[in-house]
Amino acid sequence: MTLALYVPRGTVVHRTPAGWKLLALAGLSVLVFAVPTLPVVCGALGAVVVVGLVVARLPAAVLLRQTRAVRWMLVAIFILHAVLTDVLTGTLTVLRLLALVLAAAVVTATTRVTAMVAVVERICRPLEWVGVRPARIGLVIAMALRFIPLIAERADRIRDAQAARGGSVRGLRGLRTTVVPLLVQVLQLAHTVSEALDARGADDVPLRRRDPRAT
Amino acid sequence: MRLRRETTAPVADPARGIELRGVRHVYGDRVVLSEVDLHLTERRIGIVGANGSGKSTFARLLNGLVVPATGSVLVDGLDTRTHVREVRRRVGFVFQDPDAQIVHPTVAEDAAYGLENQGVPAAERAARVAEVLERYGLAGHADHPAHLLSGGQKQLLAIAGVLVMRPARIVFDEPTTLLDLVNTRRVAQIIDELDQQVVVVTHDLELLDGFDRVLVFDAGRVVADGPPDSSVAAYRALMVHR
Repeated sequence: MTLALYVPRGTVVHRTPAGWKLLALAGLSVLVFAVPTLPVVCGALGAVVVVGLVVARLPAAVLLRQTRAVRWMLVAIFILHAVLTDVLTGTLTVLRLLALVLAAAVVTATTRVTAMVAVVERICRPLEWVGVRPARIGLVIAMALRFIPLIAERADRIRDAQAARGGSVRGLRGLRTTVVPLLVQVLQLAHTVSEALDARGADDVPLRRRDPRAT
Repeated sequence: MRLRRETTAPVADPARGIELRGVRHVYGDRVVLSEVDLHLTERRIGIVGANGSGKSTFARLLNGLVVPATGSVLVDGLDTRTHVREVRRRVGFVFQDPDAQIVHPTVAEDAAYGLENQGVPAAERAARVAEVLERYGLAGHADHPAHLLSGGQKQLLAIAGVLVMRPARIVFDEPTTLLDLVNTRRVAQIIDELDQQVVVVTHDLELLDGFDRVLVFDAGRVVADGPPDSSVAAYRALMVHR
């Protein structure tokens, strides 16, 4: 399981500040919903593919992986529209969603997590007035990205251990025998992680932790 | 850059090392450490003992992760109870399980985490991270997801993440427990080459070769304290009677 999708390259897309990329993503979303015509949506999709593959020099596999991940959802939406409305609306909706999914993939693959988190922290900065520390919000996002694959890996290990001892890994019983030990492990891990954060100076975090020039 | 700092930090004296005075610690009703009075000034100090003997709690006392129930721990004269941030800047801590220590998704981002907390400027941060990753053979993995590293590489990243902060002392809590022989040797070599004062909690007695002092813990007390040969012999004798 891979959440860290960053593909290191030295292209202009990679060098563009994360805030601008997120703004462009938001702009594209507004455009394809505000102007739902086939030329605009197809143009948006084509532009995303060109930016991703040619300008950002991303491997085609990055975009294909995202397409595969949503393919059944797109098929279901198309069928639903074909039955309930018409084929053109279904096509438009599917292409629109695909353009946005691929655009998000391009942004993710060309932007480091730290840069993305820095943008979130900047957006959250007004919350300092009510005592919220934006750096902490950023840390939570980064840690979620870091620990989701790790917890998935531990769940796999538990399932393997259960299966190796002849236990059931399916159904309600399988769920119980996986979830309970996983919860115990996650709680133990959380305790050690909190110690590690302390040891690495998490309490020293200034109100503005990130360098605004971070990209 | 605004940092919250201790307001009444006394002048620290590195020559004073780490002092534990009348330390006792409990978890609930269970006494995990008692009557610990030590002065740690040697460059290489090993800690051995059976599971549950209080070694890890002892290690955590040294950089203020655990504050003793009674008694005090002083690092360069700074009390861990009242100057915990300053103490943690001086005493780095490497955990047994690197997965618990790596908190950022990619290698370079995680190595930079402690420096960000210290408010180190971006350019210096990048240079120090690049240098430490190069030194530990992780430069080619800088942008890789941390969870895809091997166990040995993860431990190297955990060590790099601490060393990049340039602490004066480093505590290792069973750093080789999860490693194969090759990576165990690599970590042993890294520890050997460090200029800093090092305290290593371990079950790997070979790791203690060349150490200056080894403490043996049993039931929360220091039962042997001396050069590696005599302490390890005392430890082996203690385990024979279990």
